[in-house]
Amino acid sequence: MKKKTTALAAPFGIWMAIFTIVPIAMVLWFAFTDANGQFTLANVQEIFAFDPSKGETLWEDSFVSTILYSLWLGFLTTVISLIIAYPLAFSISRATERVQLTMVMLVMLPMWMNFLLRTQAIKSLLSESGLLNQFIGLFGFGPLEILNTDAAIVIGLVYDFLPYMILPLYSVMVKIGKSEIEAAQDLGANTFSVFRRVVLPLSVPGILNGITMVFVPSVSTFVISTLLGGSKRMMIGDVIESMFVGEAPNMGVGSALSLVLMVLIFLCMACTRLVDKSDDYEKGGLTL
Amino acid sequence: MKTLSKIYNIIIFAILYFPIVMVIVFSFNSARYTPMEWKDFSFQWYELLFQNEEILSALSVTLEVALISTLAATLLGTTAAIGIHAMNKKLRSAMLTINHFPMVNPEIVTGVAFMLLFVALAVVLPLFKPGFFTLCIAHITFCTPYVVLQIMPKLRQMDRHLFEAALDLGCTPFRAFVKVMVPEILPGILTGALMAFTMSLDDFAISYFTSGSSAQTLSVTIYSMVKRPVTPEIYALSTLMFGTVLVLLVLANIGQIRDIASRKKRAR
Amino acid sequence: MKRWLAVLLCAVLILQMTACSAPVTSEEESEEEEEVVWDWESLPAAEKTGVTLNVYNWGEYIDDEIVDVNRAFTHLTGIEVNYKTFDSNEDMYALLSSGAADYDVVIPSDYTIGKMIEHDMLAPLNFDHIPNYKYIDDQYKDLLYDPENTYSVPYTWGVVGIFYNTKYVDEADLEQGWELLWDEKYSGRILMINNPRDAFGITQKMLGYSLNSTDEEELWTCYEKLKEQKPLVQAYVMDQVYDRMINNEAWIAPYYNGDACIIMDEEEGNPDVDFFVPEEGTNFFVDAMCVLKNSKHKAEAEAYINFMCIPEVAYANAEYIGYSSPHTAGREMQDEELRNDPVYYPKEDVLDRSEVYITLPEETNQYVADLWLKLKR
Repeated sequence: MKKKTTALAAPFGIWMAIFTIVPIAMVLWFAFTDANGQFTLANVQEIFAFDPSKGETLWEDSFVSTILYSLWLGFLTTVISLIIAYPLAFSISRATERVQLTMVMLVMLPMWMNFLLRTQAIKSLLSESGLLNQFIGLFGFGPLEILNTDAAIVIGLVYDFLPYMILPLYSVMVKIGKSEIEAAQDLGANTFSVFRRVVLPLSVPGILNGITMVFVPSVSTFVISTLLGGSKRMMIGDVIESMFVGEAPNMGVGSALSLVLMVLIFLCMACTRLVDKSDDYEKGGLTL
Repeated sequence: MKTLSKIYNIIIFAILYFPIVMVIVFSFNSARYTPMEWKDFSFQWYELLFQNEEILSALSVTLEVALISTLAATLLGTTAAIGIHAMNKKLRSAMLTINHFPMVNPEIVTGVAFMLLFVALAVVLPLFKPGFFTLCIAHITFCTPYVVLQIMPKLRQMDRHLFEAALDLGCTPFRAFVKVMVPEILPGILTGALMAFTMSLDDFAISYFTSGSSAQTLSVTIYSMVKRPVTPEIYALSTLMFGTVLVLLVLANIGQIRDIASRKKRAR
Repeated sequence: MKRWLAVLLCAVLILQMTACSAPVTSEEESEEEEEVVWDWESLPAAEKTGVTLNVYNWGEYIDDEIVDVNRAFTHLTGIEVNYKTFDSNEDMYALLSSGAADYDVVIPSDYTIGKMIEHDMLAPLNFDHIPNYKYIDDQYKDLLYDPENTYSVPYTWGVVGIFYNTKYVDEADLEQGWELLWDEKYSGRILMINNPRDAFGITQKMLGYSLNSTDEEELWTCYEKLKEQKPLVQAYVMDQVYDRMINNEAWIAPYYNGDACIIMDEEEGNPDVDFFVPEEGTNFFVDAMCVLKNSKHKAEAEAYINFMCIPEVAYANAEYIGYSSPHTAGREMQDEELRNDPVYYPKEDVLDRSEVYITLPEETNQYVADLWLKLKR
């Protein structure tokens, strides 16, 4: 009986093998072969602008600065989202069940408006003649030049991915019982130490999930940077896109860059795993 | 403290919704290139929307792909979850890792990987030429893990003996499955399906690399539009879609709240 | 599915229209009755052939108001049109060469056509199927990219120049020519064109080089010049030029003369904006219609090209797009004033100073692309 049940997962296993593992293997293949299918390290070397004949790296020509720039913007986005989302998620989790439902719905609803259009709206909001500048103009400030700067990119990223931070935080916090907090208070803990000793430790899995769900898409975005940053500086996603469908298609270097991005992200994931040792299976759903 | 957190929540939600309100307002502004400057209130973009072949065909592709991939992902994901649940710990953890992969992998990498695969496959099998079919395959692949993940906890919560008891009482395995297991995991299946549908509808990066010429989804079409000035028809369409979802969600929410209320009454 | 949707959406529309706006629209419509250029709807509809042509063109590059070209074509020929748009030659070329797409008719620019001919991606045209080719002005035939004009039929032409806002830009500064784009006085108000070929082209012309130079030293000098410009640039954009120039957010932007019809439009555009072509010369470009080699409907594709060369259609396209038309009869139908406007139809002396892009060798393309990526780092 059990064997038969296990076999139910077979179609899924086959499907995932063909459409998840094989494509990634192809990225690997393209990253490490040249146009003739011969093994080469040239693509990876090009990313780091490593010149084998001289045995040195020309940092100025490498994509390392691009990668660092993307990681930096992703880091900023994640931290800001976490700071904004944490109090909100906590107060949702303390509300009555009816209010919780409504609030969660309100958090999810913006995701149903196409994110490109929302980004477009942010763009006109931040522009020189936009509402934001008109508003601060009322107080005699501005106009601020936000659009076409890194700040604009981070604002757009935070805006787009905030729900992905709120939801995992909420889903963990809602499990923290009233009794646990009250018990701590009865034992004489003040608000701050209740937070530090009870709420924060218990919400760690949610924080980690939220970090992953915000960090990964913001590091690898290739649209928001173009729209809000004036395409002055490319993020790693922009470079990958241009390597596959852009001005200078070069699938080898593009694949190598994809690989670097993937490795970086899995390294970050591994770090979060070190902090959080609970089995995924025990944790249940990723969101909600 | 209470009022402070209330004010905070209101501010965050206001920020979250402000751009959406802007899109809705744009859709009624007759100015074409300067949506920020209010000209006249008009329905002209709504009228033009129904003549815009490019947008309408993209809309129907988007919905068809979303429906097909939701159905397929739900079926694939449900059977997978049941199968994985019955596995031993080692195998299960391996399967769950594979399941996690598309969710964690950056979308752009998934996208270009699919593009490489389909372009290579298309040489042998023309079916894989990027288009509607490849879009569906890509969407099924990234939607299924969400379904699996929604059903797994429900299976874990289910009393294992219930299923065995049904068998002992003379049910065929299939009947026991339908009568005992399905009702238990149905909420998981439904949320999984809903998530799959949302993910498919909202996806841009993966569709961008897998759609080819014959079938473009709405977000791909919108992308080509935001690079040039957005045709305001798209604001009109988004407003309509958002309105539809809002109404559906409000209805569902009312239903759920009623549900909670009646449960509470009964508990009392 | 599609029909169901259309019904649903229509229902919503009718509801909204009856609720609010009915009287306003009817009044407006009676006031400005549009002249009918070509009443094709009164002609009998052709039987459906079951053939669908995949057409790939620039965004906003076909008339859908005056004649509504694609609908007219389908009505009269029974051939369905699957019309998609791209926004740069490079994107279009990358998509087509990756084999990820299946198009029949494409409308790229000159140098890309040359590249596609080189890579054997285009089919030679059967001009017996395109009798309306006779309307195309000889001036635009047999250009460098397609010397014997076997693969392409010119669709539009134009030049790159600078749009500037007369309210903010000093008329005297225009004498700098292309250097205007490097003028620190306008830092943060300058837009730069977001494609390597045009961006390098502008710099090459400014430095007195040829647009088609393959000299790596010259290109490197251009790169350094562009790098120097970068801090002054508000954003690198293509068609986003429109809203930024119209909203007065940017004051100076190099772009194609044909887009004047949007940017400088009296009502929807910005009347303060003007256009000039710098003395140093510029790029003179032609976008032309081609049929792809792997097209399964070559005859239908040629019929489509022929259709585009019907005088009424050429006129409607020229009016709608605003780019200069190489079609003699179509141009005759345009307003006298427009035909003599140096913005829309640049004069001989401008053309004398201009160069057509030719297809560059693969190494040069790659070098320029690398420099471009380097610039954006």
